[in-house]
Amino acid sequence: MVDPDYLKFDTLSLHAGQEPDPTTGSRGVPIYQTTSYSFVDTEQAAGLFNLEQPGHIYSRISNPTVAVLEERLAALEGGVGAVCTASGMAAFHLACATIMSAGNHVVASRNIYGGSHNMLNLTMPRFGINTTFVDPRDPDAWRAAINEDTRVLFAETLGNPGIEVLNVPVIAEIAHEHGLPLMLDATFTTPYLMKPIELGADIVMHSVTKFLGGHGIALGGVVVDGGRFDWAASGKFPTLSEPYDGYHGICFAEEYGHQALSMRARAEGLRDFGAAMSPANAFHLLQGVETLPLRMRRHVENTSDVIDFLEGNDAVSWVSHPSVGSHPDHELAKELLPKGAGAILSFGIAGGREAGRRFIENVQLASHVANVGDAKTLVIHPASTTHQQLSADDLAAAGVGEDLIRLSVGLEDPEDIIADLARALRASQKG
Amino acid sequence: MQLEFQGAIVNFATGGVQIDPSQPPVLMVHGAGMDRTVWSQQTRHLAHHGFSAMAVDLPGHGDSTGELLTTVPEMADWLAALIRSLNFGPVRLVGHSMGCLIGLEVAARHGDVTERLVLMGAAAAMPVHPDLLGAAERNETLAPQLMTAWAHGSRAHIAGNPTPGLWMRSGCQALLERASDGVIFNDLSACNFYEAGDIAGQVDCPVTVIVGSEDKMTPPKATAQLVAGFQEVDLRHLEGTGHMMMLEAPDQIREIVLAALQ
Repeated sequence: MVDPDYLKFDTLSLHAGQEPDPTTGSRGVPIYQTTSYSFVDTEQAAGLFNLEQPGHIYSRISNPTVAVLEERLAALEGGVGAVCTASGMAAFHLACATIMSAGNHVVASRNIYGGSHNMLNLTMPRFGINTTFVDPRDPDAWRAAINEDTRVLFAETLGNPGIEVLNVPVIAEIAHEHGLPLMLDATFTTPYLMKPIELGADIVMHSVTKFLGGHGIALGGVVVDGGRFDWAASGKFPTLSEPYDGYHGICFAEEYGHQALSMRARAEGLRDFGAAMSPANAFHLLQGVETLPLRMRRHVENTSDVIDFLEGNDAVSWVSHPSVGSHPDHELAKELLPKGAGAILSFGIAGGREAGRRFIENVQLASHVANVGDAKTLVIHPASTTHQQLSADDLAAAGVGEDLIRLSVGLEDPEDIIADLARALRASQKG
Repeated sequence: MQLEFQGAIVNFATGGVQIDPSQPPVLMVHGAGMDRTVWSQQTRHLAHHGFSAMAVDLPGHGDSTGELLTTVPEMADWLAALIRSLNFGPVRLVGHSMGCLIGLEVAARHGDVTERLVLMGAAAAMPVHPDLLGAAERNETLAPQLMTAWAHGSRAHIAGNPTPGLWMRSGCQALLERASDGVIFNDLSACNFYEAGDIAGQVDCPVTVIVGSEDKMTPPKATAQLVAGFQEVDLRHLEGTGHMMMLEAPDQIREIVLAALQ
């Protein structure tokens, strides 16, 4: 039997989206640090503005350096296209604003990043879009929360901060049964550990700032269009299936079909909201993506070593990571994440909030920052930082206890990471 | 644009422009398992350059309803009847792959509805690899994967999409995966069993043929055999381009097609 002989993941991480620069031969991706692009003539300019032909007009809408990153991330995810944004939150907003309008409704996992929760819970209602939050592990809750105004189901591939593994095929099926797309934030898994589109997701977004970039030096986000959802057949997405005056009556689903979301998100969303990624950031993030498979393998190995250490430490009351046998999603993780369940874990520290404070203040190698997915090991106390805007009830619902420490395991030598954690854990118990 | 024809819905992309019967009509016909959107880089351009551009979804494809047509001659008869029903007079037919076979049959047997042919990814015979045919019959994802792999030149497997942010390989695969069960097998079988005979010699209208140097599905040699039979033909070569040339090299295709149609 013949096979498609596609280029493999590691190769695409290095090459997808880039050819040597046609003018200079530059093998590295050049930083096209420009706002605008000279038109050949008025005919070409008119064609570009009218979506008659592809090309660059203004870097808020597209830029050659950013386009390399977009094409590469679409390739790695198996999507038909991608739109990069200034941050992960900008990507989340862009996707929502492209497919929804006032009066629409979202069903979302309750175990998501605090910033995403705030946007859905507090900000979007001001624009007429409301959200029902559900237990991501409860398919019946997803079904029950869908109403006639629902336009998208949203969750994270690995929840935050409890590292709940989303049963993507099951939730995708529920979405599709109702003529709805499933949108996933796959920041914690990256396409190296999971390809949500192959499992049934329709839209994938990332904070590229995290594992995809890996270095923690550049902000960025991306919306990847799976291209399998039929926007026109659903009949619920007029922004994609009805004529749009913004481009002289174009209907994105009619003209672009499976690429309608990508095209509208750029042509309207970046044009009007303007949350574009800078070319310099795209360049930095591309350097990270080139080594994504190598780094993710090491992240997973180091995480395994750290978990072994934490489980044997008396100052640790519990460890939560899908690779741990006691985790509720352990079996599901083996099925959906055979290469590993990522490098984010949480653990409870004996002694609660005060011990947690002493632990954070005594780590030396690990960094106390509001970030994850860096090459360096990071720690945070979510109840006082990432989730601090949440009420006590919302904190409890999100599974954020006061003793919870979130750890993003980096690429240092695992013996050094463990030594640092051991020192801080000892200090935490000397209150 | 949608209209009712022979008891079914026929769907077209028109570039977002209302069809104007006073403008010369151009009908674009897609290949096996695909739909109107393969012309997304040409339809809107033609619609804004003096043509009534219509990229059609064949029956059972894209957003057109109706039963699948199982042979190329059946598809051609359906298309000729559709053109007559539009009352535009003869049209300029642009075909890709299986759409070329349909265009050839229309031009040869329904010359009254065909003013000019533009063919890309064309050959008089389109034998299909048995593994591909088998995967298509079983409605396996392998069929879209194989078609996607073979339909693109080497450059398109790495980069080079002129539309910022779009990834060509998954675009093709997703398009094929959206086809209903049986569609790809139906179309590939129609291509596999089609016997052109001396079809080129029966075409009276002017013909433009565009061939990609890296086309593995209708290789340049196979295109050359077809081209040799035409009475009047303009043959254009595109270097480094595969079978999906209208997406791999949209700027060049637009230029060639616009010149041919004018």
